[in-house]
Amino acid sequence: MKYQSQSVAKAYFVAAMALFAVQVLGGLLAGWIYVAPNTLSEILPFNTVRMLHTNSLVVWLLLGFFGAAYFLIPEESEREIHSPMLAYVQLAILLLGTAGVVVTYIFDLFHGHWLLGKEGREFLEQPLWVKLGIAVAAVIFLYNVTMTVLAGKKTAITNVLLLGLWGLVVLFLFAFYNPDNLGLDKQYWWYVIHLWVEGVWELIMASILAFLMLKLTGVDREIVEKWLYVIVGTALFSGILGTGHHYYWIGGPAYWQWIGSIFSSLEVIPFFAMMSFAFIMVWKGRRDHPNKAALLWSLGCATLAFFGAGVWGFLHTLHGVNYYTHGTQITAAHGHLAFFGAYVSLNLAIFTYAFPILKNRDPYNQVLNMGSFWLMAGGMCFMTFVLTFAGTVQTHMQRVLGEDYMSVQDGLALFYWMRFGAGVAVVIGAFLFIYAILVPKRQEIISSDATVAAE
Amino acid sequence: MKDRAGAPASELDALPGDLMIWVLIVSELLVFGAGLVAFAAVRATDPEGFALAQQGLDGRLGAINTAVLVTSGWLMALAVRFRASGRRRDARLAIGGAALLGMVFLGVKAIEYAHKIAAGIGTETHAFYTFYYLLTGFHAAHVVAGIAILGLVAWRDSHDNLETGAAFWHMVDLVWVVLFPVIYLL
Repeated sequence: MKYQSQSVAKAYFVAAMALFAVQVLGGLLAGWIYVAPNTLSEILPFNTVRMLHTNSLVVWLLLGFFGAAYFLIPEESEREIHSPMLAYVQLAILLLGTAGVVVTYIFDLFHGHWLLGKEGREFLEQPLWVKLGIAVAAVIFLYNVTMTVLAGKKTAITNVLLLGLWGLVVLFLFAFYNPDNLGLDKQYWWYVIHLWVEGVWELIMASILAFLMLKLTGVDREIVEKWLYVIVGTALFSGILGTGHHYYWIGGPAYWQWIGSIFSSLEVIPFFAMMSFAFIMVWKGRRDHPNKAALLWSLGCATLAFFGAGVWGFLHTLHGVNYYTHGTQITAAHGHLAFFGAYVSLNLAIFTYAFPILKNRDPYNQVLNMGSFWLMAGGMCFMTFVLTFAGTVQTHMQRVLGEDYMSVQDGLALFYWMRFGAGVAVVIGAFLFIYAILVPKRQEIISSDATVAAE
Repeated sequence: MKDRAGAPASELDALPGDLMIWVLIVSELLVFGAGLVAFAAVRATDPEGFALAQQGLDGRLGAINTAVLVTSGWLMALAVRFRASGRRRDARLAIGGAALLGMVFLGVKAIEYAHKIAAGIGTETHAFYTFYYLLTGFHAAHVVAGIAILGLVAWRDSHDNLETGAAFWHMVDLVWVVLFPVIYLL
């Protein structure tokens, strides 16, 4: 660890991994409810479980991004973080807010209260006090990282990262507006979540990936930066108007079908560029970095993001296709592989890279970590295939032949069982990963050239 | 530029203007190309309807605009040539002329849209008009952006900047030259 204040990242990463565990367990429970629908139906209804699964995902990914920013900005800017104290305050606010959300969801406390209760939304559902807390934490964060960057060296990586993080915070402000009209409610929700995952998060992803490639492969910064700008340019070009692929289905004018179809088809390009970037850097680079697991996660991230977000997204983005597949298991297949490939793997890559440095030890216990990669990635790919088949059958039976929803669901039971099995593999992989990161072995299992210092 | 492996400099570096403008140009061409392919595909499902709807367009205004925009592109090319031989004042005048013709284009476009709207033709009137408004409207938005870029490069008038601006402006030109026959004439 070059800079003492980088250790802030450790607290963020540990909190993120704890929520990661909660998220995958929630997913497993939701997968079980698919095969045994009455499970906990009174105490913890499916819609609440689903909300916990997706929202804890978003929150832990954000914690990971914040941690990653606190980890890499000191190295890039070549100075300590402006205020480590503020970073811990920010984390405390976010954790308190998260706990508040979970308790409010499950027990429906302060029902109907404007400040303390649920807002009655399907998404962006946090009590107002939590939203305000998130906004305060976000302002603290932006202040802290921006001051650090402004006072230190400015690189393309920190510029793009800051642009992404500022965008992330500004777009969240749409969550404060809660219109009565459900179509508008969805529109503002897409302003947050679509412009996040298909816009500014891609900038964060590209900059973190660029940092990892710089460190792991030793390729010249100049080359990394050129790739970074191209990725950022194509991501924003396609992603912003790509939001249009949601509008027709929530009641927007018909011309959005074409705008959405055309621009979102191009969203494949930045993901393809990120995959090409990662592999070309490894191929060109000469550094034999001892942290093989971090490299595996980085390459896995770029590859699975291309397939999950790029290919599986394109699969059903054209409106002629989406007319039939909208809201079927095809969407679930895409959602799982896209989030796992792009943002989960990215976070796990930076955790894998950073933890040995944060703990001041060699990157031990990589075999377990790499095993967890294959288990999670394999499980997630299997789940994606299963859900894609389920979605195809569902689309045909329900949307083409016109059978009713529940009898089609009964017909999909076999797929849901297989999905549950895939989920078990992912959960085991997730716990293996957390163990491999937090509990170090005494000696290295793969003996590569140990004289090369970890950077 | 050489990387550590000693590979030769990339051919991309030989492109005139900034690399990012070429990334943008390729992206734009993909979008307009996809839009035209979609237009052709939907037209193939209803050739008579499209032919009938097309009769509502005023080909003369489109033809005037083609001449206006091509002339504007020529002025911008001239500006780059002036700048290369150090004639900064002439280059700026030429850019000003190019931008002015861009505004003429927008004026003619506005008259055309006003006629359509007065005739009660909107985006939902017929699939032909959905594409008409989308493609020409999106193109017009690029003319607006192009004029802003021309203004920028006239202000910061390095040769490289002028090439960057000219590359974008020629793209706007090129797209119109393809849109005009496909939408107005064929």
